[in-house]
Amino acid sequence: MTAMFGAVESGVIYAIMALGVYLSFRVLDFPDLTVDGSFVTGGAVASIMIVNGYDPFIATIAALFAGFLAGCMTGLLHTKGGINPLLSGILMMIALYSINLRIMGKPNVPLLAEETVITKIESWFTSEWSIFFFMLVVTLIIKFVSDLFLKTEVGLSLRAVGDNEGMVRSFSANTGWMKVLGLGLSNALVAFSGALVAQYNGFSDVGMGIGMIVIGLASVIIGEAVIGNSTIARATLAVVIGAILYRIIVTLALRIEFLDTGDMKLITAIIVIIALIMPKVLDKRKAAVRKKKRLVQLNGDGGGPVA
Amino acid sequence: MLEMTQIFKVFYEGTPDEKIALNKVDLSMRPGDFVTVIGSNGAGKSTLMNIISGKLVPDIGTVMIDGGNMTSLAEHKRAVKIGRVFQDPMAGTAPTMTIEENLAIAYNRTKKRSLGFGVTKKRRDFYREKLEMLHLGLEDRLQAKVGLLSGGERQALSLLMATFTDPKILLLDEHTAALDPARAELITNLTKEIVSALGLTTLMVTHNMQQALDLGNRLIMMDKGQIIFEADEQEKQELTIEKLLAEFQKIKGGGGLSDRSLLS
Repeated sequence: MTAMFGAVESGVIYAIMALGVYLSFRVLDFPDLTVDGSFVTGGAVASIMIVNGYDPFIATIAALFAGFLAGCMTGLLHTKGGINPLLSGILMMIALYSINLRIMGKPNVPLLAEETVITKIESWFTSEWSIFFFMLVVTLIIKFVSDLFLKTEVGLSLRAVGDNEGMVRSFSANTGWMKVLGLGLSNALVAFSGALVAQYNGFSDVGMGIGMIVIGLASVIIGEAVIGNSTIARATLAVVIGAILYRIIVTLALRIEFLDTGDMKLITAIIVIIALIMPKVLDKRKAAVRKKKRLVQLNGDGGGPVA
Repeated sequence: MLEMTQIFKVFYEGTPDEKIALNKVDLSMRPGDFVTVIGSNGAGKSTLMNIISGKLVPDIGTVMIDGGNMTSLAEHKRAVKIGRVFQDPMAGTAPTMTIEENLAIAYNRTKKRSLGFGVTKKRRDFYREKLEMLHLGLEDRLQAKVGLLSGGERQALSLLMATFTDPKILLLDEHTAALDPARAELITNLTKEIVSALGLTTLMVTHNMQQALDLGNRLIMMDKGQIIFEADEQEKQELTIEKLLAEFQKIKGGGGLSDRSLLS
């Protein structure tokens, strides 16, 4: 039960990262691999500031800005440099690996003895639910602010860039800057989440971002499969719930004795593959059932058998 | 309103595929002019459109719009002055967004985008009022996703979005070519209605000669990157498809059947 509670708790924190991935992957239609690097950048900036005596809240906000810059760089590589989206993200991800090492000065920064956002919240409230509720409130605020932003004039053209780039350009929007802004915001959320995860886990590690984009995608896809994405508010809610469900699924999978924690990435990949393939398989099966019914109906109506 | 001088554009220069798309084209449009452009495939009609809209930059020549030199101004910047409707009904709208959201994006064409909401109560009334002009009942479906609309409805919406903010120039690139005859007629009539109501300066490319004759006050015919025939307001009123084809053959030196089949 505690494992399950922990899964939901960390799911809420990872949901902020998933919202970032939603912004790039769904809204901008830009598969942005920067996420693997910027997640760590967030953790690195926050940890090193905390270790050096800064207020943990200020350190976490600083991480947000660091992520924004990283995302903007990817956007510039793509729009000004004309590099393909996937490659821009990969280049930025690999560059950030070294940058993150530079920020931290070593591969791992422990935070166990430090005052973090987590320890502060625990000191404010006595309930064991305090972290969960605090993070839930933060995540929901980010969700609602994103919902509102995507309905502003800037937000609408950002969405249209992912939908029909030529059309927004013909309505005088600078699509290049829109992409830079969108990727900046996306990675800002990812880095913010990275900063919180580092404090939650009690350390930041240069390898903590590996596969983060896939986890983000898993959350987006699982959420959409369960909740749907008919409106923006619904789609972002789906992402938050998807992130929590993902953590629960992984926790359950790890209970199988044969699997150990090193198999996490494999499990993640398999979850995403299943989530991507299942809807198609289900659709096909539904179509087959419908066809069978139709045939029975037609044959029942008299006349010769059809096919 | 539009002044194009000595426009020259060549594609694949220096390769065996080298093609002169526009060869010293001059075109001048007064405010309120409605020019229809006809010509066979590869005549340079689309290149002409793309050079006006800024998608392409001419090798030589200047493009002036509303008194300003736009020759090498970025596409999105000059879009402030230009409304466009594309051939593909999917190209002019964002499918996963609602009708009112699409209109909000179009509404911002002449204005800087802010962090205010794109759809407010006041604006919604304004969008609804504009949609009524289409007589398609879209005003009752403001929250419907545009992807759910038919090709004709989407093209009508595109036309409205391109025009309701009073562009200095309206570019119509074979905007009825991908529709069935009934829908094409609907869009043609709407075009006529909207352009005359707003007095828009319009350039329309079409493959349909009847449409080219029915609409507009001037007509130009292009071939191999040049304007080979021009009819002003008076001449255009007396034009028929037969006369146009005869004119075409006279200039081409009597190409015969193949030219006729290309144009009709």
